[in-house]
Amino acid sequence: MADDAAPQSVAEVKEALGQVGYLADEPAALVSFLAQRLGKPVLVEGPAGVGKTELAKALSRATGRELVRLQCYEGLDEAKALYEWNYRKQLLRIQAGATTGEVAEDAATDVLEDIFSEEFLLTRPLMHAISSSDPVVLLIDEIDKTDQEFEAMLLELLSDFQITIPELGRIEATTMPVVVLTSNNSRELTEALKRRCLYLWLDYPSVEREMEIVRLHVPELAEALNRRLVEVVHMVRALDLKKPPSIAESIDWARTLLLMGADDLDRETFESSMSIIVKHRTDIDIVAERVGVKLAEPPVASGPSPDS
Amino acid sequence: LSSPYGPKLEGGPPGLAPKVLAFCEELRSEGVAVGTSEILDAFAALEQVPWTTEEDFREALAATIAKSQEDRRVFELLFDRWFFRSAEAEAVERGIGEQGERFEGGEQLDIDGLRDAVREAIVAGNDGEMRDLARLAISAFGRRGEGSGVVGVDVQRIRRTLGLATGAQPPTSAGEELPPIERDQLNEFERHLRRELERGLIERTEALPPSRPLAELDRALPTSPAQDLASVHRAVTQLKRRLATLGHEQRGRRRGRHVDVRRTMRSSLETGGVPLRLRYRPKRPRRPEIYVLCDVSTSVTSASVFFLGVLHALHDSFRKLRSFVFIERISEVTEVFEHERDFRTISQRISSEGGVADVSGYTDYGRVWLEFLGEIADELDPRSTVIVLGDARTNGREPHAEVFAEVAERAGRLFWLNPEPRLYWNYGDSVMAAYERYCDGAFECWTTRHLENFVNVVAGGAPAAE
Repeated sequence: MADDAAPQSVAEVKEALGQVGYLADEPAALVSFLAQRLGKPVLVEGPAGVGKTELAKALSRATGRELVRLQCYEGLDEAKALYEWNYRKQLLRIQAGATTGEVAEDAATDVLEDIFSEEFLLTRPLMHAISSSDPVVLLIDEIDKTDQEFEAMLLELLSDFQITIPELGRIEATTMPVVVLTSNNSRELTEALKRRCLYLWLDYPSVEREMEIVRLHVPELAEALNRRLVEVVHMVRALDLKKPPSIAESIDWARTLLLMGADDLDRETFESSMSIIVKHRTDIDIVAERVGVKLAEPPVASGPSPDS
Repeated sequence: LSSPYGPKLEGGPPGLAPKVLAFCEELRSEGVAVGTSEILDAFAALEQVPWTTEEDFREALAATIAKSQEDRRVFELLFDRWFFRSAEAEAVERGIGEQGERFEGGEQLDIDGLRDAVREAIVAGNDGEMRDLARLAISAFGRRGEGSGVVGVDVQRIRRTLGLATGAQPPTSAGEELPPIERDQLNEFERHLRRELERGLIERTEALPPSRPLAELDRALPTSPAQDLASVHRAVTQLKRRLATLGHEQRGRRRGRHVDVRRTMRSSLETGGVPLRLRYRPKRPRRPEIYVLCDVSTSVTSASVFFLGVLHALHDSFRKLRSFVFIERISEVTEVFEHERDFRTISQRISSEGGVADVSGYTDYGRVWLEFLGEIADELDPRSTVIVLGDARTNGREPHAEVFAEVAERAGRLFWLNPEPRLYWNYGDSVMAAYERYCDGAFECWTTRHLENFVNVVAGGAPAAE
């Protein structure tokens, strides 16, 4: 099933992902590797903001494939996910037939056959991913937001990479897409869907790994400050918050500290920049109360920021 | 293959495949749903990875077999045990052992040197190093003749002899500072100790100790009150979606529907472009208004923490939510929930300054309905949903079911969650029957499972099996 472009080893995938700015841990790299070798969809679960969507984007960058994204939401239906008939064009076609005065019966059946051809099909993300002549990465984001019916509709696509259109017949994938489904685990997905996928659970990274991630994105940040920052983010995550800070927010915060020219994370710096990682009013109160006090008071006479 | 339990010295057919199959069988016996297609996937995956490295092998199996966090947890526990046992069984069968030179070399090391080496290995998290050191420690320990023969006891004795503890570490004998050791890190070393001791035991006795099913305690994910709260929150999030999209099409007026031009045109194609049937835009459901009444009297003490958790979660999900607590009289606590986030503070504030007029400490449901209706009668409309959390024990007072009926009449929907098993309803001073007939649904509810069940039923699904 694996084509020539498929990677040869897990290390290769890890390396490729690293080069496009995504530090995958061992399980993530292995599952990405298997997904490409076996041609199976990957179901990625985990809390919000651990880089589930980013993994798909990184895969697309690393493999040089186009990223086709389907953002799921409540009430998403086939017409928006799969395909739709271009009724305007179809109507025009019918009227064009009528005005030229074609009355013969076979002309009418001609028209009927004609208007249900691929020419009148509007492709939506899933169809696009299947019919594309170049291999793509298909990201089905937040699958848990849709209804179970929609999940059932995906099954045909995920197991056989084909779509059946009543008027046209079966459309099979010409190239094997890499499919990534993400879920925030807000509801249990059906067994049928899970059975067709490889499973990957992404969690918040350890301090060391998150430091590496921050270092990769904000290389100018001093090492000591980086460690301090990641430790504080971990402390904040340990609290019961409405929305714990994501990895992206750690990176934003690192950039902010850099702009502020801070050389240490004292209480004052923390309180003035806290809104980068905590976004709810009630959360801000809790964090200020629990984490803020643990940080040292700012020194009386602090020098200008040294690191550059 | 024979039973997954007990010594398997005879062994199944040789090779890796039967071992993996037997492992899947054992997973199934622990309640993980492993389908045939998943096993096929696992083999396909194993063809792709160098399965001679343990981590790749394990991850490849896990990605194809364990499809949820809970399953993954069971998988990890069983994986360690199963492949360790298989390897040992094979070794015993083939007579491969290390008799003689096993656990050698411990005598050259003094305890202090060993302690430093172990702590450094733990801090570094080096697996191979820890295993070697565990064997050294066992050797040194065995030479002092303190082995009890019971693995668990020996592990703890060795740990104490080495003076290993979590938390801040004293500097090494060379004077180097060490970072503090976490509980997890120490556990890892103890795991190596246990494994090496077991291996020694198996070699001496040439038999595997019987394996037991996983203890319920082990397999459950480590939980905390915060996580229970999280599962309540999850159930409530589902409730929110269901309430938002459910049953609204029957209510409200048919007036003011908008024709969906796109869909009308699309369907007109079936009739040759003549729009015979009009398609309408689906009506956007209006945001539900929820009123929650929560009994906080002593008769529901055990359930009230759970109920407050539910309230807490509801407040997280719904904007238009008003909550009331009551004992003898009613008191609105919407404010408290809106301004406090921490669950403990909320419970404290409700019990201390919730303003619950608690004269006698006995619930008076009749009075509660009268007051509730008096306070918000004008605001109740068919859009609103009323949820009552309580045990319907009136302490012999007038239940005022007719007032309750009026509340039910005005509100769109009314649900009752009762923290007592259905069996106890209507016994003693419980007047559940008087109220139940006016409810759109009455449910027993004191665990998250019940809450999920409630959500399912509200959503029109089948009640989950108990």
